[in-house]
Amino acid sequence: MKIAITAFGIAKDILQQKQIELNCDDGASVSEIRSRLIQDFPDFDKLASLRFAVNTEYVGDDYQLNANDEVVLIPPVSGG
Amino acid sequence: MMQEIYITSDKLDSKACTDEVTYPGAGGIVVFVGTVRNQTNGKTVKHLEFESYEPMAIKEMQKIAYHAKERWGLHKIVIHHRVGLVPITEEAVVIACSSAHRKEAFAACEYAIDTLKESVPIWKKEIFEDGEVWVSAHP
Repeated sequence: MKIAITAFGIAKDILQQKQIELNCDDGASVSEIRSRLIQDFPDFDKLASLRFAVNTEYVGDDYQLNANDEVVLIPPVSGG
Repeated sequence: MMQEIYITSDKLDSKACTDEVTYPGAGGIVVFVGTVRNQTNGKTVKHLEFESYEPMAIKEMQKIAYHAKERWGLHKIVIHHRVGLVPITEEAVVIACSSAHRKEAFAACEYAIDTLKESVPIWKKEIFEDGEVWVSAHP
């Protein structure tokens, strides 16, 4: 399946674009996708954290992604 | 009537937020105003730029408001955050809490700003004379 991943903050700078598409196995987990991103873009490994949100909620590492999910990379937040 | 939770690229108005939570039964109103400081570790900051993942940021701020009201029995809370370019001294965030007694308002306001900094998807970039840095990105 194909998933679209949207990035904000420094994650957008690391990808050098706002959104990327990844081909992955059906039911791929967040931790698998994170490992692939770190492999392709080693700067992700230097971040203090890299959380994932799906459909505007934080999800854990074992969450299995679906093709229609709105997947967003959440680097360390710094509001306020 | 003012929105309880609000993200805007316009100037914030802490006085209007204070007025919004004012009510006859209030014995205490605590307002936190986060302003843009002109230096970080001795380096001069020109201004800040904030970016948000707005639909999720609104949801996370709503959770904070709900929890603060439940736990401390607040009468009202308002959480406003500015995005885009924010100049030195201007308000980046305003949290106003009102309750019958001051202790609850203080505790709820501190909880709200601490939690906002941990969970709300908003990112701050410091713009210096010679470059820019996403705050807290690296350990």
